[in-house]
Amino acid sequence: MTKTITDVICPFCGTLCDDIEVTVSDDGKKLLEVANACVIGTEKFLHSQSTDRVTKPRIRQEDGSWKTISYEEAADYTAKALAKAKKPLMYGWSSTNCEAQSVGNEIAEIAKACCDNTAAVCHGTTLIAVQDIGLPTCTLGEIKNRADRIIFWGCNPAHAHPRHMSRYSIFPRGFFTGKGQMSRKMIVVDPRCTDTARMADVHLQVEQGRDYELLNALRVAFKGEWLPDVVAGIPAEKIREAADLMKSGRFGIIFFGMGVTQSLSKNHNIDIAIAVTKDLNEYTKFSIMPMRGHYNVTGSGEVFAWQFGFPYSVDLTRGFARYNPGDSSSIDLLKRGEVDMMFTIGSDPGAHFPISAVRAIAKVDSVCIDPHITPTSGVSKLHVPVAFNGVECGGNCYRMDNVPIDCRKVVEPPEGMMTDLDFLTMVCTRLKKLKGAA
Amino acid sequence: MAEFIIKNGHVFDPVQGIKGDKKDICIKDGKIVDKVSGSAKVIDAKDKTVMAGAVEIHAHVAGPKVNLGRIYRPEDKLFSCTPTKGIERMGGGASIPTTFKTGYEYAKMGFAVAMEAAMPPLFSRHVHEEIRDTPIIDEGAFPVFGNNWFVLEYLKNQEIENTAAYCAWLLKVTKGYAIKVVNPGGTEAWGWGLNCLTVNDPVPYFDITPAEIIKGLIEANEYLGLPHSMHIHPNNLGNPGCYETTLDTLKIAAGIKPKNKFGREQVMHLTHTQFHSYGGTNWGDFESKAKEVTDFVNKNKNITIDTGNVTLDETTTMTADGPFEHHLTGLNHLKWANCDVELETAAGVVPYIYSPSISVCAIQWAIGLEIALMMKDPMRCYVTTDHPNAGPFTRYPRVYKWLMSEKARKAQIEAFKHKDKVLSQTAIGTLDREISLYELAQMTRAGPAKSLGLAAMCGGLKPGMDADVAIYNINPDKPIANPDDIEKAFSRCAAFFKSGVQVVSNGEIVNNGNKRTLWVNVKAKENPQVMRDINEKFVKYYSMTQANYEALGHHFVPNPYAIEVDATN
Amino acid sequence: MDTVTITMKNAPALYLEADTISPDAFAGKSAAQIAELPVFEGNNPSTLGKYFEVTGNAGATAADTRIVVKGDVKRVKYIGFRMTAGEIVIEGSADQYVGGWMKGGKITVRGNVDAFAATAMKGGEMVIEGNAGNYLGAAYRGDWRGMSGGKILVKGNAGSDVGMYMLGGEIVINGNCDVHVMTHAEGGRVIIRGNAASKLGGQMVEGDIYVFGSIDVMMPGFKPVDEVELTVDGTKAKFAHFIGDTGERHKKKKGVVVYGNLYKKI
Repeated sequence: MTKTITDVICPFCGTLCDDIEVTVSDDGKKLLEVANACVIGTEKFLHSQSTDRVTKPRIRQEDGSWKTISYEEAADYTAKALAKAKKPLMYGWSSTNCEAQSVGNEIAEIAKACCDNTAAVCHGTTLIAVQDIGLPTCTLGEIKNRADRIIFWGCNPAHAHPRHMSRYSIFPRGFFTGKGQMSRKMIVVDPRCTDTARMADVHLQVEQGRDYELLNALRVAFKGEWLPDVVAGIPAEKIREAADLMKSGRFGIIFFGMGVTQSLSKNHNIDIAIAVTKDLNEYTKFSIMPMRGHYNVTGSGEVFAWQFGFPYSVDLTRGFARYNPGDSSSIDLLKRGEVDMMFTIGSDPGAHFPISAVRAIAKVDSVCIDPHITPTSGVSKLHVPVAFNGVECGGNCYRMDNVPIDCRKVVEPPEGMMTDLDFLTMVCTRLKKLKGAA
Repeated sequence: MAEFIIKNGHVFDPVQGIKGDKKDICIKDGKIVDKVSGSAKVIDAKDKTVMAGAVEIHAHVAGPKVNLGRIYRPEDKLFSCTPTKGIERMGGGASIPTTFKTGYEYAKMGFAVAMEAAMPPLFSRHVHEEIRDTPIIDEGAFPVFGNNWFVLEYLKNQEIENTAAYCAWLLKVTKGYAIKVVNPGGTEAWGWGLNCLTVNDPVPYFDITPAEIIKGLIEANEYLGLPHSMHIHPNNLGNPGCYETTLDTLKIAAGIKPKNKFGREQVMHLTHTQFHSYGGTNWGDFESKAKEVTDFVNKNKNITIDTGNVTLDETTTMTADGPFEHHLTGLNHLKWANCDVELETAAGVVPYIYSPSISVCAIQWAIGLEIALMMKDPMRCYVTTDHPNAGPFTRYPRVYKWLMSEKARKAQIEAFKHKDKVLSQTAIGTLDREISLYELAQMTRAGPAKSLGLAAMCGGLKPGMDADVAIYNINPDKPIANPDDIEKAFSRCAAFFKSGVQVVSNGEIVNNGNKRTLWVNVKAKENPQVMRDINEKFVKYYSMTQANYEALGHHFVPNPYAIEVDATN
Repeated sequence: MDTVTITMKNAPALYLEADTISPDAFAGKSAAQIAELPVFEGNNPSTLGKYFEVTGNAGATAADTRIVVKGDVKRVKYIGFRMTAGEIVIEGSADQYVGGWMKGGKITVRGNVDAFAATAMKGGEMVIEGNAGNYLGAAYRGDWRGMSGGKILVKGNAGSDVGMYMLGGEIVINGNCDVHVMTHAEGGRVIIRGNAASKLGGQMVEGDIYVFGSIDVMMPGFKPVDEVELTVDGTKAKFAHFIGDTGERHKKKKGVVVYGNLYKKI
């Protein structure tokens, strides 16, 4: 006999689909089938079943080989390394639940660490822009029910957020959008002709690195002011047509991704895209939303914010919270040689950071908490494998539109494996003893 | 649990009618008792003022828009973050403090209960996570109903029973406390960039008016017999001339009688009245209509209000009144955040500086104080700053100073750049009333507790009630030499007991208490139609499944305190 | 004016936060007292004297105090933080936040400075003889109140985001300047004697930008209006005049819309 669990949340991307159905063995120990998820999500669930998983903590020996140790020994090592460090960096948090993040924050507070999440390499620039100019946004259901103008700017949901268009943005028939796709106009802005761009009513093939200029030109066009003949490789006439198409909708939305957050102008691209959105609210209703990557990067920002006041790149080294990306951001800290201990959880900086930053990780005491073997675990001194969040344990997560959804446990982790929360709690207890904290 | 006896203090307790008499207060097992054993710890409150823990009826302290405020205002924390200190976690934020700082600051001022005034139901799990991380104080949260599609559709057909059944269901799944209404219909109109500025403006598509929504939700509230009444932020907030909309809103409550077992006497609570008491036709002839509004409320006993006092600070406005925040950013050009929430509500956030050099801000300051001073019954008028909208809650002691001292008010009026305008556009200069300590206890303890339906539990010092006891460094036997002493005394309690545990000593946190989440659990009649409607809306229109909607489990509500309501008859 | 000389003798293993290196903190103190001022290496509290040799006593007030910083302070942050008067001379290069939130006095840096120099500067003078990093004279994150007064001269090049949210004061860059100049500005002026990259004056409400060299790409929101003859920073020349950002909101003064100005030397 098998059983099917419904309303399961997919712990892959920020779309946080919550309609997954998972079939497990009767004893709840084996995950057999996944329905409704995209191929990446399905793989994420099935990956937990692989037979070559590391199930016990491993510490690097002098000769570079791994030695298996117990979770207790791993927690001892981690607590001591954190206690000793003058400037530890606790990075990641985006693929774990809010409860674990919360304990992690307590650890960071006691250790007086820098703490940061993966926004540092994706939508941190968005957060900087939001701090400069605000954010008119909405929940994804609003798009489904009202939106008739959909703009994808520097993102490619067809590949990166595979169910986004079918669940929320292009195809669904909502309350005021009974005709589904037929009731919507789709604009894609991308220098490449992506699969998403191929579906668009209008594709603005912007010159690489000139999004800021194009967005500026749209603002100028809204006001009917003078424009040069060509901006960012696009004729002024085409820009004016796109501006009119945006203005003529009843409810519009700009979705944007790393094509604009991490290319030239970074936060300024988002800043001015938000200004475009704000302008459009003088004519109609418009919103803007970042296509967040990791399934709970948003949650990490939320927990950081309510506990410390800042959404990422938080520096607690002086005993109180400070924030200034460029100074307190992970890549800068590592590249500049500012940290003497690296703690990674729920992310893979080894794969995503520039090589100069990864080299800095290899030079210091380092702990990597991750169910997988990753480039980060590869350069770390201690690797602590844990249960898969959202598969082998539950916990709260936040979708890209900040809607909280409580993940479900669908299958038991391998015998004896700890969750992030369990392990962090052990570390926290030990660290409190070492630091004599209350 | 420990026993305490607080001796020699001057007790102010409207619940028992004690007006500053010296009386011992005994605490045992978390409750106020008649007497304690000889082993009780003695707390000497000689020459001090003793009151019940204060009750916050309306503040924005937890949830998505509060956190959006934190996220997008790093400058609100620049150079002001506080370090970890003993059992206190680090804190930060002037107008939007972190959750830890929120709990500590309330406790240090002697607050036992705070109500989060606007919970978007879809985000209830977020609100509860923040409440969980706010130490010491008991908190509840009001889900917003005034723009909810279920409510709009049921009330279009005057289906009070179905509305009530839906309200009961939503309170349960969101672990909510009361029926909150914000800009009824106007926020749904904002879904299309529109608004409803009067109670008769039809809501686009839904074919219903704000007046019908308000009346229907009052009726549903009384049908269920909830502890609190319908709690409203009316249409047309913050505009010159808005007092007329306010009066139209208040009139809707006429003739409706409260029906509940909690001792609540009102059917409508009008919140942040200051923002709704404006006359004039533009910002040039802007004037106070506090008298018109309070005259009406004074005459109609089935209404309670809170003030929404402007504190003259740089702050962060945030409200489920989405169109208002869009309007505000057009006035001050500061960063605008907005979030429309599917089928339910919206919210906006904009920083704002209430500058004493700007005449409108000074007039707003005066209007808030006028309302409190013109209300005859302090049991029906509560002090709030609509935190953080008119100012941060940490400024309550300053507001108390202005209310309790004409001298302090006069000094502030003198300091305004446009003093003459304040005097010509408001009546603040003619009011010599000074709120007494007893009246303050009514306006901050017994009154709000009664309005919330918590009169049996908190807001007083009667044996059997929760032992929330605040001791302040004010000697009522002596005249107050300097009004600033009032502010200083109320800023930091000499001692504060929350549910019988001493949490504050000499203004410092000594215990993280045992905070609870207050929510209202309504046992309602089965209503298969409403359950079918809920199911259908989730399948068709929500972006998440119904099974994932409820705030369920220890990590959201670790220490619940459910107020049971039986609405099956 | 009394001079205090501090010389780096024990370089920090990580970076040093030394917001106490300012005439305001030094004022009225002897060399021995100055050596006891707090500094931080990461989360480790220490004293100035542990890293620096301190000679000379400070003047009675900040205005009477001159600080000379010698040795390698490339890993020292916050020199001149929030200073209100007096003088600092840094003989080499310094790290981030030099003169951050400064209100008065003068800072001279013989070498380079890293990012966030003169953040939210209100007054005083800063001379950087080498290059400046990103965010020179910009606002703190989220704040719409950037540099509002004072004068900055960079003899070398400057990084990106010069004068973001600038409200007043003047920044002169003798060399070249990276992207984004005076974004969101509502006043003040930036003079670039070398070349500018692109994205000048984006979302600018008010203020003036002068460029003597080339501009890689102009913002479409800057509209050419006329040519004017001006004397800028002592140089008289003919400039092409653009107004903008025409996509942004603008105030009206006496019924006339006030734009930001961009002048490019012809």
